[in-house]
Amino acid sequence: MIKSELVQRIAEANPHLYQRDVENIVNAILDEIVAALGRGDRVELRGFGAFSVKARPARTGRNPRTGEHVDVDGKAVPYFKTGKEMRERLNDGVDLE
Amino acid sequence: MAGRTITRADLCEAVYQRVGLSRTESAALVETVLSEIADCVARGETVKLSSFGSFVVRQKGERIGRNPKTGEEVPIAPRRVMVFKPSNILKQQINRASPES
Repeated sequence: MIKSELVQRIAEANPHLYQRDVENIVNAILDEIVAALGRGDRVELRGFGAFSVKARPARTGRNPRTGEHVDVDGKAVPYFKTGKEMRERLNDGVDLE
Repeated sequence: MAGRTITRADLCEAVYQRVGLSRTESAALVETVLSEIADCVARGETVKLSSFGSFVVRQKGERIGRNPKTGEEVPIAPRRVMVFKPSNILKQQINRASPES
């Protein structure tokens, strides 16, 4: 499923809304999550999962072709941890964690 | 590093501010969006949200794990897991603001 299909499904289930409104709703949600992560905040959605930002330290990498050393700067990466209910749904109601 | 934790309430507020709906309806729609995504993933389908990222289901085989406290070996049952692959845009957004610390 891609974003436009998600929008379409929700629009079909809510005939009183314009498709454009549903698009705005989906974008508002996603933009809010991106903005929060951009500030270094955590986004916790019970039953679904939690988004957070993890710091990766600077390291010395290597060009695999030439073997040359390259300094790689530290960076922040987005991280998602699946929620308990979601884990259970993926495994026939059993939480294997 | 992180300060605040954003929850459903904040997402509802964002929807309420952007779209001219009541708070109650905004809350219901946030729930609809999340459960639509969750249902899709639970069926094993990939959900791709452009400029955000995609949710993919992976099948993991059985492997031997170890209790880190006792050193005891325990089999880890095969399972399905949900993985989030952030889009390049999301990765850039995160580094524009806070590259380190």
